[in-house]
Amino acid sequence: MSTSTSSDQAGTETERGPDPADRAGPTPPPRWFELAAVRAVLTREWALYRRTWAPNTFAAVVEPVIFLLAFGFGLGSLVGAIGGYSYIEFIGTGIVAMSVLFISSFPALIETYVRRVYRHTYDGMLATPVDIRELVTGEATWLATKAGVYGCSPLLVAMLFGLSPTPTMVFVPFIGFVTGFGFALMGIWMSAVIPTDKMMDYVISGVITPVFLIAGTFFPLDDFPSWVQVLAQVNPLYHTVELVRHAAFGIQPITDLLHLGALLVFVVLMWGLAVFQMRRRLVD
Amino acid sequence: MSLRGIVKRYGALTAVDGVDLDVEPGIVLGLLGPNGAGKSTTMRMLTAQSRADAGTIHVLGHPVPARSKQARARMGVVQQHDNLDEELTVRENLAVFAHLYRVPRRDRAAAVARGLELARLTDRRDTRVGKLSGGMRRRLLIARGLVHEPRLVLLDEPTVGLDPQIRQELWLLITRLRSEGVTVLMSTHYIEEAERLSDEVALMARGRVVERGVPGELIARHAGSTVEEFPQPPAQIQELEHLLHGQGFTTRRTGADLSVMSAEHLPDSLRDRLGRGKPRASTLEDVFVTLTGERIE
Repeated sequence: MSTSTSSDQAGTETERGPDPADRAGPTPPPRWFELAAVRAVLTREWALYRRTWAPNTFAAVVEPVIFLLAFGFGLGSLVGAIGGYSYIEFIGTGIVAMSVLFISSFPALIETYVRRVYRHTYDGMLATPVDIRELVTGEATWLATKAGVYGCSPLLVAMLFGLSPTPTMVFVPFIGFVTGFGFALMGIWMSAVIPTDKMMDYVISGVITPVFLIAGTFFPLDDFPSWVQVLAQVNPLYHTVELVRHAAFGIQPITDLLHLGALLVFVVLMWGLAVFQMRRRLVD
Repeated sequence: MSLRGIVKRYGALTAVDGVDLDVEPGIVLGLLGPNGAGKSTTMRMLTAQSRADAGTIHVLGHPVPARSKQARARMGVVQQHDNLDEELTVRENLAVFAHLYRVPRRDRAAAVARGLELARLTDRRDTRVGKLSGGMRRRLLIARGLVHEPRLVLLDEPTVGLDPQIRQELWLLITRLRSEGVTVLMSTHYIEEAERLSDEVALMARGRVVERGVPGELIARHAGSTVEEFPQPPAQIQELEHLLHGQGFTTRRTGADLSVMSAEHLPDSLRDRLGRGKPRASTLEDVFVTLTGERIE
């Protein structure tokens, strides 16, 4: 049984000396949003990525290539040209958007749920000087970065099959990053909305699949009913598809600024929802 | 650290019901109580991961939750759940938390080396966490919360679910913290753990702190030095309880036995009536049962 008293401990305290933070005097209050916290979250992601880069890269590169080959050559042999582009050009740019969507939204939905519910990862991180808004931003930034980088792979493969490289294609990683940021935030938000992991099917089949189909990725939407075209306008991926095609085949400054604006509105909205819902789940 | 009038409700359930608690610098305070007493909720409120419905909290001089981030930067937290990154090595787990706790770049390597030494895992630094034993993982979990050398540490059920040998390993680690003058608030529902490691214990039941003090003094005050267990036929237990309570003694039922606190003061007249009992040293659990009528473990 312990017989030590607090005064015994106080003696030890004196020997150890004051806390360096105390010596430094009062520290200013932290800012509402600190990049240092986001960087720390990214450091963890980078450490994890160094362990998993091979399967990550395999999935991110091979899947869109298979889509490209299957649709490009399969359907491409039946479809001559769309809107003045060869089908391989049309679909090569479309699959960039699909790839960005998948790379960002699936891990955001599934991994975030697993880390929150089963691994209690976020409970540990939120006990450090990291707030939920920084945690969410860090997680989404990481997925957006992957989406921006890996999202270029279909474009590179399409070049092997005849897509002509253009200087403005350098915007594609940026477009992929912004889109990936938005869809990662959407996935994080959804992961915190669903009460059980079984509900992920609703999100995948009810949200993600329609998003990538009603975006002009595999086929143009010009001949669809007007309500589908209206839906496409509010689908962020449609704006991504347009931006990627314009980056590949010719920038349209005003139109593209509007597309970018639509994506930024989507990002801001999703950021707010993701932070709000994650706070509801992680802080009681 | 100070908590004043803390209340936390979940719908109709009041998990924490007016807790007042001060933790002076340099002590190990054990928060002892059964599951559901409100210990973990209280710990979560100190990091602002749970928000109080009423009351005020100050940690290291910072009001929580308003300035919890400053408090979190300077305290270490070891949660009940093992949430180590299994894919990462021991060293990487410590390095990630050195970043999260904002250890300056120039100090990070030393912080990680110190964490490895504290967890006694220096020779396993490049082993993935998934390959560690349960005891190693728990030592690493504690070292991870200490990587920034905090002066205040929250340990939420640090040895729950571990076998006795591993538990004793961790006790050594916590004893070391105490010897270094680190302030520790440790929740536990293990009596022996609270008695061995704590300078003071706060007994929690039904969301309230029912008593607080140095373990030995609490035991002496509420259960005396000796508890004597008297085997009794069930039919007579109630009558004996009535008799003992009438003379100012506290009792508890332990299976078929009737245990009498402060048995060293039993007068001969009562001894004649009770017969020969089995004496044992009083424990904190006797105190807890005396005060709350509940068992801890």
